[in-house]
Amino acid sequence: MSGQLKEVRNRIKSVTSTQQITKAMKMVSAAKLRRAQDAIIQMRPYAVKLQEMLSNIVSSSSSDTDIKLADEREAEKVLLIPITSDRGLCGAYNINVIKLTRQVIKDKYASQQAKGNVSILPIGKKGFEYFQRYGFKVIDQYWSIFSDLSFDNVRNAAVYAQKAFINKEFDSVEIVYSQFRNAGTQVFVSEPYLPIPKVEKKAGSKNIDFIFEPSKTILIDELMPKILNTQLFKAVLDSNASAEGARMTAMDKATENANEMLRSLKISYNRARQAAITTELTEIVSGAAALQG
Amino acid sequence: MQLDILTPEHKIYSGNVYGVQLPGIEGSFEILDRHAPIIASLGKGRMKVIIDKNNTEVYEISGGFVEMVNNKASVLIEDAVAVN
Repeated sequence: MSGQLKEVRNRIKSVTSTQQITKAMKMVSAAKLRRAQDAIIQMRPYAVKLQEMLSNIVSSSSSDTDIKLADEREAEKVLLIPITSDRGLCGAYNINVIKLTRQVIKDKYASQQAKGNVSILPIGKKGFEYFQRYGFKVIDQYWSIFSDLSFDNVRNAAVYAQKAFINKEFDSVEIVYSQFRNAGTQVFVSEPYLPIPKVEKKAGSKNIDFIFEPSKTILIDELMPKILNTQLFKAVLDSNASAEGARMTAMDKATENANEMLRSLKISYNRARQAAITTELTEIVSGAAALQG
Repeated sequence: MQLDILTPEHKIYSGNVYGVQLPGIEGSFEILDRHAPIIASLGKGRMKVIIDKNNTEVYEISGGFVEMVNNKASVLIEDAVAVN
C-alpha cells in the first residue's frame, strides 16, 4: 500500500516541477513577444513612408516604367522562402508553415517540382532541418537569421533573392510565413515576393509637383530593392512575433493541463492514503478483538 | 521645419531643425526651411543635421532617400552610424 502512495507522490512532484517550467517559459515568451511587437511598430513608419514615396513617384509619371525586378516571365524555376522558428515547443506553428509550403508546391508548382526546379531558402532552424531531411533543394546560407535578428542579416537574404531573380536563376519567388494578428492568432500566408506586382496609380491622389533627383527612373530602380528588403524584414519580424505568441499559448495550455493532472493525482493520492489508514485500523481492531476473544 | 530620420529598426531623429545636409548621388546638397517638394536619392557619405547655429549631429550613411513635402522632411536610410 505505501508503495503505491509513494509512486503517486513522486508523480505529483514531477508534474509540479514540469508545471513550473512551462509557467516560466510562458512568462519568457510573453516578454519576448512584447519585444517582437515593439520591433514591428518601430519598423512601420519606415515601411509606410517608403510605400508613400513610391506611389508619389509612380502617380506623377505618365508612362509605365520598365523595372527589372517586375519582369514577369514563365515560372520555370521557383524559389520559396518558408520562415519558421529556431526552437520548438510552440504548438503547431512550425508544422503549419511547413505544411503550407508543401501545399503551395503541390498546388502551384507540381510540374516544376517534378523537374527539380523548386528551391527552398529556409529561414529558421526548424524549417531548415525539415527541408534538408526530406531531400528538397535547399539554399543553406540564411537559415540562422533568428540567432542574430537584425536588418542587416535579413537584407543579405533579400539581396540574394533579388540578384538570383535578375540573373534568371529563379522566375518566381514566394515567402511562406505567418502574419502576426495577436498573441493567439497567426495567419499563415504565401506571399508573392518577385516579380514585384505592378504598382497601381492612386486615382484622385493630389498631385504635388515634386523635384526628382536625379530622375524618376533611377529613383524607382533604387527604391524597389529597398522595398523588397523591407518586405522580407517585415515577414521575418511578423514570424518572430507569431512564434512567440504561439509558444506563449502552447505553454499556457501546458500549464493548464498540468493543473488538471495535479487535481486528479491528488484525488488518487488521498484515496490511497485513506485506504491505507482504513486497512491499518481494521487490522488493529481485529487484532484487539482476537486478544480479548 | 520638421525632420524625421527613419530606419527599418528604429527612428533615429525626430524634431524641429534649421536644415539638413545630405549626400545626394549627384553631389551634396542642403534642405532648408520651406524647400520645394523634392524626392531625392542619397549616396554614401555624411549627413549633417543642423538643429540650430551651435548644435549639429552628423551621421555616416550608405544610401537612402529623402522626401520633403509640406515643410516636413523624411530621410529613409537602411543604416546610419553617428559620428562625433
